[in-house]
Amino acid sequence: MTPAMNRLKFLHFLLVIFVATALRAASAQTASIVVASTTSTEQSGLFNHILPQFKKTTGIDVKIVALGTGQALDVGRRGDADVVFVHDQAAEEKFVADGFGVRRIPVMYNDFVLIGPADDPAKASGRDITTAFKSMYNAKSAFVSRGDKSGTHAAELRFWKQANLDPASEKASWYRDTGSGMGSALNTAAAMSAYILADRATWLSFKNRQNLKIIVEGDAKLFNQYGVMLVSPQKHSHVKAAAGQKFIDWLVSAEGQSTIASYKIGGEQLFFPNAVK
Amino acid sequence: MSVIADAFSAALDMIVRSDATLTEIALLSLRVSGTATLIAIAIALPLAAWVAQTRSRAREPIILLLNAAMALPPVIVGLVVYLLLSRSGPLGALGWLFTPSGMIFAQTILIAPIIAALARQTLEDANAEYRDLFTSLALTRTQRTKTLLFETRFSLLVLLLAGFGRAIAEVGAVMMVGGNIAGHTRVMTTSIALETSKGELALALALGIILLSIVLIVSGAAQLANAYLKRRYV
Repeated sequence: MTPAMNRLKFLHFLLVIFVATALRAASAQTASIVVASTTSTEQSGLFNHILPQFKKTTGIDVKIVALGTGQALDVGRRGDADVVFVHDQAAEEKFVADGFGVRRIPVMYNDFVLIGPADDPAKASGRDITTAFKSMYNAKSAFVSRGDKSGTHAAELRFWKQANLDPASEKASWYRDTGSGMGSALNTAAAMSAYILADRATWLSFKNRQNLKIIVEGDAKLFNQYGVMLVSPQKHSHVKAAAGQKFIDWLVSAEGQSTIASYKIGGEQLFFPNAVK
Repeated sequence: MSVIADAFSAALDMIVRSDATLTEIALLSLRVSGTATLIAIAIALPLAAWVAQTRSRAREPIILLLNAAMALPPVIVGLVVYLLLSRSGPLGALGWLFTPSGMIFAQTILIAPIIAALARQTLEDANAEYRDLFTSLALTRTQRTKTLLFETRFSLLVLLLAGFGRAIAEVGAVMMVGGNIAGHTRVMTTSIALETSKGELALALALGIILLSIVLIVSGAAQLANAYLKRRYV
C-alpha cells in the first residue's frame, strides 16, 4: 500500500469520528416543549416578545413550529407537539371532542381585515364584511384565497357562506386559490393588486404592501379568537404535560396576559388578551 | 431596483456586524448539510463501487433507481421523513422530528442517490480503463476498489460538492422536518422563505447573498485542497 493510500485510510477514520461526534451533538436534548402555532402569531413577532418573559419565569424553552391552523392541529393530532395554539374555534372544538386535546382555553383575540388595492375597484370600502364580499363577487375583482385550511382560510369561507356565494366551487377565474401561508398570499395579492382577507397582526408586520391598504375593518364578524390546548397525554404518552400545562397556565395568568397586551408595532396593539378566569 | 441595492448593503452590514443570530443560522446550515454530505458519502461510495464492478443481475435496476432518485423532490423527501419520524410513525420513538438530527436524516436521503449515481459512472469509467491492468496484477476486489477510489479522487471531490450544494440549497425537506424553529432548527433557506413571507424582500435577498458566499467559500476551500493534493501526489 502506498503512503498516499494510508493517508486516505486515515482521512476515512477522521471522517467516521467526525460523523459520530456530529450525530451525538445533534441529538443532545434540552428541557423544552414544542408548540404548534400559526404563522400570524410567529411572523408578527408576538412569540419573540412573550417567550423570553416566560423563560425567565419558568426556565422552560418553547420551540414554536409555525403552520396554518389546520396543519398545526394535525401536528398535535399526530403527537408531534405538546401544545397547540391556534385560531379556528370550530376546528379546535372538534380537536378536543375527538380526544386529542385536553381542553380548549381562550387566550386572546385580534381581528381580520379585508385588504385590497387602494383604488378599490369593487367599491367595498366602508361596508360590512358580508356586503363587501358580495360587491367583490359582483365586480369580479381579483381575490387571493389562502386555500390552505388555515384559520384565516376558514374565516374567509365563512364570510362567503354568509353572503350565500361560493366562488371556490364555481372556479371563478378572478378567485385565486394560492394554497399558501399568510405572508406568501399577501405577496401574491400585492403583486396582482388583489383583495385578500388577512389577520391584522400579519398585515401590520408585513413590509411588501405595494398599493394595498385596509378596505374593511371593525365589523364584529371579523373577530378572531385564539385558543390554546394541551395535547392529550392519554393519546400520546410522551407529551410533556407538566411543562405544557405551565405554558398554558402562564398564558392565561395576569403576567402572561399583560405581556401579550404590551406587544405593539408602531404604537398599535396586535393582540388583546381575553382569557376567562 | 432599490430592493436589490438594499439587499447588498443589508448583507454587508450583517457580515460586518457578524450578527449573532445570522452566525448561528449559518453554522447550523453548514453543520446539517455538511454532516448529511459525509453520511451520504459513507453510504454512496461503497454502493457506487459495488455497482460499478458487479455483474449481478440487480445492476441495471439499481442504476435505474439511482439515476431516477437524483430527481427526488425535497418536499417529498420531507413529507416521507416527516411521516417516518412523527410520533405516530415507525421511527417516532427516536424523537427526531423538529430537530437537527431529523434534518440531517432527510438531507442524507436526498443527496445519497446523487452522489451514488454520479460516483458509479465515474468509477465504472475508471474500471474500464484499468480492468486489464487489474487482471494482470491479479488484484483482489478490495484492492481494485481502493485503487479506483484513489485514482478518481479529484472527480469524487466534485461529486461531494454537488451533494453538499443540493443539501444546503434545499428548503422543502428541512422546512417540513425541522419546522423552522427559531434558534433550534432555523437554517439559511428556511430563514429566506420566512423573510420573504414577511414581505422583507431585501432582507431575504441579503440572506441569499450570504448563503451564496458561504457556498463559494466552501467550493474555494475544496478547490485549494484539490490543488494541494495534486501537487503532492501527481
